[in-house]
Amino acid sequence: MSLMLVFALVFVIGAVAFFIGRQRAAAHDNGKVKPHSRAHYHGWWAFLLATLPALLLLAIWSIGSSVYLNSHINGQLPAQTAESAIASRTLAASLTKSLANGLRKLEPEAANNLPATFTELQPMLAARGVALAPDTQDYMIPIAVDANRTQDTMQLIGGVLVLALAVAGAVFGLSKIKVRARARNNVERLILWGLLGASTIAILTTVGIVLSMLFQSINFFERVPFFSFFFGTVWDPRFAAAGAGESAGQFGLIPLLAGTLYIALVAMLVAVPVGLMSAVYMAEYASPKVRAVVKPALELLAGIPTIVYGIFALVTLGPFLRDLSAALAGGTSFIQAQSILTAGLVMGVMLIPVVSSLSDDIITAVPRAMRDGSLGLGATRSETIRKVILPAALPGIVGAILLTASRAIGETMIVVLAAGVAANLTLNPFEAMTTITVKIVNQLTGDLEFNSPQTLVAFALGITLFFLTLIMNIFALYIVRKYREQYE
Amino acid sequence: MNIMTEKALESAVSDKMSGTPNEIIKMRGNKVGVFYGEKQALFDVDLDVRENQVTALIGPSGCGKSTFLRCLNRMNDTIDSARVTGKITLDNEDIYDKNIDVVELRARVGMVFQKPNPFPKSIYENVAYGPRIHGLAKKKSDMDHVVETSLKKAGLFNEVKDRLLEPGTGLSGGQQQRLCIARAIAVSPEVILMDEPCSALDPIATARVEELIDELRQNYTIVIVTHSMQQAARVSQRTAMFHLGYLVEEGATDKMFTNPDDKRTQDYITGRFG
Repeated sequence: MSLMLVFALVFVIGAVAFFIGRQRAAAHDNGKVKPHSRAHYHGWWAFLLATLPALLLLAIWSIGSSVYLNSHINGQLPAQTAESAIASRTLAASLTKSLANGLRKLEPEAANNLPATFTELQPMLAARGVALAPDTQDYMIPIAVDANRTQDTMQLIGGVLVLALAVAGAVFGLSKIKVRARARNNVERLILWGLLGASTIAILTTVGIVLSMLFQSINFFERVPFFSFFFGTVWDPRFAAAGAGESAGQFGLIPLLAGTLYIALVAMLVAVPVGLMSAVYMAEYASPKVRAVVKPALELLAGIPTIVYGIFALVTLGPFLRDLSAALAGGTSFIQAQSILTAGLVMGVMLIPVVSSLSDDIITAVPRAMRDGSLGLGATRSETIRKVILPAALPGIVGAILLTASRAIGETMIVVLAAGVAANLTLNPFEAMTTITVKIVNQLTGDLEFNSPQTLVAFALGITLFFLTLIMNIFALYIVRKYREQYE
Repeated sequence: MNIMTEKALESAVSDKMSGTPNEIIKMRGNKVGVFYGEKQALFDVDLDVRENQVTALIGPSGCGKSTFLRCLNRMNDTIDSARVTGKITLDNEDIYDKNIDVVELRARVGMVFQKPNPFPKSIYENVAYGPRIHGLAKKKSDMDHVVETSLKKAGLFNEVKDRLLEPGTGLSGGQQQRLCIARAIAVSPEVILMDEPCSALDPIATARVEELIDELRQNYTIVIVTHSMQQAARVSQRTAMFHLGYLVEEGATDKMFTNPDDKRTQDYITGRFG
């Protein structure tokens, strides 16, 4: 019985339980005693009792049977595999498994009289569109056939068990239906658990991401000293051939960190004033008509994929700035096509809607009483904004700016295209610099041995970036929260 | 609304018969109408505000009394959909005239709001806010003086003199409202508008603010919107009764509370509706 079929059948049983349960509960309502729960709650409770335990069993059985199958195959493999071209048992086992999967694609009569050697079998499989590694050995064929048979048996037993449990659950649920049975509370409790589970997934994923990066980073720091990574001023990872021992290279974080912060700074210098002023305009001056057009238009900017901004920087703004500087200096351009300025400007434009949207919300949240109080004293609108509203909204705006800054630091595609890959340490905004994110992309793309510091450094960079933005976000949230307390 | 006994009314009224009535018209409304979008909220109101007197605007919720009050210093301008018709004068000048600067008008006609709304600044900065934006005090010592006198006039100085640099939002509700009054006084207005200044305050703080209103009458013209009949009777010399956007009647407070011309006024102040 295939997994999908079992899945579908469980739901059919659940649906039947739902309708019977609802009908029964409705029939119980004889008008004398007020039912505790409405009829459809009884139906849902029967549905949940039929499906949930069955699906849980299905999941456990599937995992368990694949584990069992693995050990079954492993047990049948010859003890000595080293004499063949196959390096390890793990590889032999996985070859056997893909052979078993391939055999399932064969016609029934071909499957019933299999050739004994892989050389004969291979063209048959190839004809069905199954490509197998040439390392596959003859002795694997009977093991694969046996594995398939075992798997079928396991699936059949599992399917029957699951369906039996579903029916049992449905019958149990239906037998519990009484006038005063608390089906509503049961359903509500399960919904609560469902919601809790959904929110846990996000948290667990974050933890998983951090842990996976952490382990690879520890791996990296076993090869490269902690100190020379965090305080090294030279970035020169030396892409050497795999296995060459002497090619450790230098992994200094400082040039990348400086580039990241410099470009983010330029971007913030563009985004903060423009974004803030547009937020003030929209919150305080714009008529509802203008606001209805300008605000979505501005937020459209936030929807443009950052790679598009990157292309714009690469093919339009960068060359334009270079030519402009050439024209100004009379021949030699002092702005490189890929420069801090280009990347910063484009990233700044990208961040304008982020700043303005967040600040707009914060400015609008300042109570009307503040405005009235100031206007009632004869202050002009701009005086009111400068002296009352902005100071009152300031903590929130600072929080918004920090959130924006952490976006600037984490931004990748614009800087990959617009800032260049040269890990310089410079203060000149017209030269190329590179960022942590660019280097992560560089180190992970290309044919590098995974287990080398050249690749592993990406994880160390990643976790550095993660903590950098995490600290900024926490700080920003702390400030925003503190500000909220003022008015509530 | 509480029903006032005859006796309480009479004693409240007789309390403020002692002051000599001053009959100079400070502000005058002539056929004032207000529209919020399509909806008309105020119809043809003719009302005079006399100098150095407290004029109370009473009436059930939604009767237009706050709307009228907000016309007097053009606070309705801050509401996009609001439109004012008719004519309002301050010292015989039309305040809706093109030549009148709304900023100057609001410096002359100050306002205290229903809910105390101190700025999230220090007590000192709250009071100094108005004088600063109007450039009323050149030197630090002048500003100190303005702040001190304003707080004294608002009867708050003794309570806050040791913590002038602490945030104004840290004061109690009644103190905050007196701070807002001090803030309004600091720009030396001629008229002070008060929109239910005591509705968010407890009875003790209310009594304190009412006392203050009575003292302020010596130097300022006051228009107060109130939901409390007792308060209108206690603090005002003139009372105007609004109903459904119309001015029902206007007159000396003692007459309004003892012998009103209009039955609706009688019903309202005796608590039969509203």
